[in-house]
Amino acid sequence: MIGSLGQPILFLLALGYGLGSVFQAAGQGNYFDFLAPGVIGMSIIFTAVFSGIDLIWDRQFGFLKETMAAPVSRINIMIGRTLGGATVATLQGIIVFIITLFFGFRPYNWALVPVAILFMLLVAFLFTALGNMIGSLLQDMQGFQLIMNFLVMPLFFLSGALFPIAGLPSVLTVVVKFDPLSYGIDSFRALLLNLGNFGLGLDFAVLAGVTIVFLGLGSYFFSKIQI
Amino acid sequence: MEPIIQVSHLTKKFGGFTAVDDISFSVQPGEIFAFLGPNGAGKSTTIKMLTTLLTPTSGTITLNGHNPATDASAVRKSFGIVFQDPSLDDELTAWENMEFHGVIYGVPKPLRRERINQLLKFVELEDRRNSLVKEFSGGMRRRLEIARGLLHHPKVIFLDEPTLGLDPQTRNHMWGYLQELNKSEGITVFLTTHYMEEADRVAQRIAIIDHGKIIALGTSAELKEKTGKSSLEDAFLEFTGKVIRDEEAGTVDAMRRRGQMWRGGGRR
Repeated sequence: MIGSLGQPILFLLALGYGLGSVFQAAGQGNYFDFLAPGVIGMSIIFTAVFSGIDLIWDRQFGFLKETMAAPVSRINIMIGRTLGGATVATLQGIIVFIITLFFGFRPYNWALVPVAILFMLLVAFLFTALGNMIGSLLQDMQGFQLIMNFLVMPLFFLSGALFPIAGLPSVLTVVVKFDPLSYGIDSFRALLLNLGNFGLGLDFAVLAGVTIVFLGLGSYFFSKIQI
Repeated sequence: MEPIIQVSHLTKKFGGFTAVDDISFSVQPGEIFAFLGPNGAGKSTTIKMLTTLLTPTSGTITLNGHNPATDASAVRKSFGIVFQDPSLDDELTAWENMEFHGVIYGVPKPLRRERINQLLKFVELEDRRNSLVKEFSGGMRRRLEIARGLLHHPKVIFLDEPTLGLDPQTRNHMWGYLQELNKSEGITVFLTTHYMEEADRVAQRIAIIDHGKIIALGTSAELKEKTGKSSLEDAFLEFTGKVIRDEEAGTVDAMRRRGQMWRGGGRR
């Protein structure tokens, strides 16, 4: 867990301080503050998807195989895996949040932090379920690289984690609206900085809805795994 | 006596490739039965179908009176399995791995404790019960997997290449365990191997499988007699020919190799 903290910290430092003055000059305020929820989201999505994809290895060479030969329903195994993965991803998010505090980030209302954590959990669930789904469909680790580069990276970069959505050309705005992570990041910004764009209600609805779909699809594909 | 495993015209195709080609055989309760064959013969695929991990393309299987394809849960309670590739949780101790198995197989708590102790002793790992599995050697992991597979007192234990890559002492102990179990508990043992001496020494009946087909079935003595050879190895070569088989490395082989690079020791 500690090793994977390197990337968010790097982003915070490099972009936060590097682009900070540019952002400020453009009249957008403190970039570091703006960035913090984005980096929290980053650690969650990467940890969550990765734990799901780890399935590919685990089902051939790991503990998962034992559970698949056992008289346990596949649904239960899937739920267990999702819960476990989501918990770890959320913890990552919380750790990154604590690190941002060290850099001077302050949530505008501490009472809302627990709510933010609940949203982190929801985002973690969403992406762990997605990871499990992908892990169930892929046959080997080659596909993993493809997924990381062509799915997870775009999901992250186009979620408004690193730049404001407001000024984007309309094509990109549409893409952003289709990215579940955008709603997650937006909810973090709303709860931690009072800088939400979509409205918390919409954020929750989209996140919950997509999570349910991914859980359903993930369970279906998981149950069809043949070793 | 009703066979404990009955396989009838079993076929498995992966796209255009036929891994298992219309095989039929039966295993009697309390028997030690071996599938002997070169790599790629269809041994692992057959075991996976018997153990509910793959569904057959056609044909029927009955294990302990149930069909794995339709009645998976009932079948799973009837067997234990030791896979070719490890399936232990490295971050848990030997005891915890056994506990988890006991829980998911529904072994009640007091019975669990007693059996775990007994089985760890049987495979000579009781003094390492609280050690993390990642510290275990390949042979120790194998022994633990055998202990674990037996925890729920299954009627059949499946072993896929159980002594592959192990040192001679561990191999010797493994064969001892299997024979002991078979004698004292009457447990049916179904193993796959490509080691002649293993099949010869341990198995009561052997099926030689090649290119997905069973080409010979009988006791070691019967197979030697049939080919007029004095060793099982020669009989085997007589049945399967001496040409070297070139296999295609599958995705699993690729992952196994990569695993050995990344995870140091890999599965051994």
